[in-house]
Amino acid sequence: MPPIISRGFTGRRRDAPPDRVPPGQYVTDDFPVLSAGPTPHTPLDQWDFTITGEVDALHRWSWEELRALPSESVTVDIHCVTKWSKLDTAWEGVSVDTLLEGIETSAEYAVAFCDGGYTTNLPLEDLTGGKAWIAFAFDDEPLEPEHGGPARLLVPHLYFWKSAKWVRGLRLAANNEPGFWESNGYHLYGDPWQEQRYWGD
Amino acid sequence: MAGTAVLGRLNWRVADVVEVRPETSRTKTIAFDVPDWPGHQAGQHVDVRLTAEDGYQAERSYSIASASDASTLELTVERLDDGEVSPYLTEELRPGDAIELRGPVGGYFVWDSSAAGNVFLVAGGSGVVPLMAMARQRNAEGSGIPTRLLYSARALEDVIYRDELAQLTQEDGFDVVYTLTRAQPSGWQGYDRRVDRDLLAEVAPAPPELAVSFVCGPTPFVEAVAGALVELGHEPMRIKTERFGPTGG
Repeated sequence: MPPIISRGFTGRRRDAPPDRVPPGQYVTDDFPVLSAGPTPHTPLDQWDFTITGEVDALHRWSWEELRALPSESVTVDIHCVTKWSKLDTAWEGVSVDTLLEGIETSAEYAVAFCDGGYTTNLPLEDLTGGKAWIAFAFDDEPLEPEHGGPARLLVPHLYFWKSAKWVRGLRLAANNEPGFWESNGYHLYGDPWQEQRYWGD
Repeated sequence: MAGTAVLGRLNWRVADVVEVRPETSRTKTIAFDVPDWPGHQAGQHVDVRLTAEDGYQAERSYSIASASDASTLELTVERLDDGEVSPYLTEELRPGDAIELRGPVGGYFVWDSSAAGNVFLVAGGSGVVPLMAMARQRNAEGSGIPTRLLYSARALEDVIYRDELAQLTQEDGFDVVYTLTRAQPSGWQGYDRRVDRDLLAEVAPAPPELAVSFVCGPTPFVEAVAGALVELGHEPMRIKTERFGPTGG
């Protein structure tokens, strides 16, 4: 079906490079907030990050231990399934590769779990090879709670709901179990360039 | 039909505009006839797509305002002056036009007809739209679930659906509490300040009686309300939030 032309609609285009804005997205300078529930506030002395599931042993880092790991500064474009994209966002975080170093697993998938009960699922290969971080700073400032602080997962090549806010760990698994939004109508994988927003896309 | 819609791809559908109805100075309700609409749950949204003559397209999401059994699919859209799509929908679209939409989308911020206990709806500005779908759904089902809507607006003339809400409060178990944050008519008996913890302590059902809260509005509103509800002892997992308005897309 060819698209219907909207009489009198011209749109307000921006000079965004087309190779950086996936189909159906628009560029914003704001940083909108989307969360399914209240913002949790876990004190840092009670915070930890764990890797569990199909691993040789449970691996755990306190906040101090995580912050003592080598971190990276990354500047990436992010794409929210609600249609906004934000270009050149600047983050600092620990690469997931660093956390997985030396961990034995046969798992092919991971579920990120979070304060507040949120979960999201990803193939493990989307978290490795320099594609994902546990981010704790945005624009050189500590990550604000409403944006996922103290730390969120950052997986910029997938829709931003995969970049789970308030992340507390990864559960590695042999199977791909749908997370929170993935059980509520949203795509299991979420590639913005394929416009994989919803079930069946 | 509904099953296919959930499992299959949400294809773009042609939606014919049958009515455009002003609600307030900034909002209009647009009623669409969507052939083969599979139905929806109150609280869900649709994606709308506009196409310019040269093929340029813009997509946005809008909450559905109508109950699932209504004869037309209704969206209530607030005009954002610097927006790309909402000024077109509110100022340009008229009966006889058609646009494309797909949906329904979202399975979490939705009315649950089997809720055991009170339901508390908290709206900031045009965040009332998906909550109105829930109030309409409740009424259409003849549901007895005790439901309270707390609705924060800047002034009485900014209140969307005022007459219909007054009618719905005639039904057993549904009531509306207003707070007008900027201007109040003379003799106003309702609240006159932003929703804060004290106001919620007075208006929200007590935690043991409350099955679920749905909070929808601009981000600072939702953050404040959801945070205060947690402080008042409500379980975070029973507070469902959705951001709506200028920064939400």
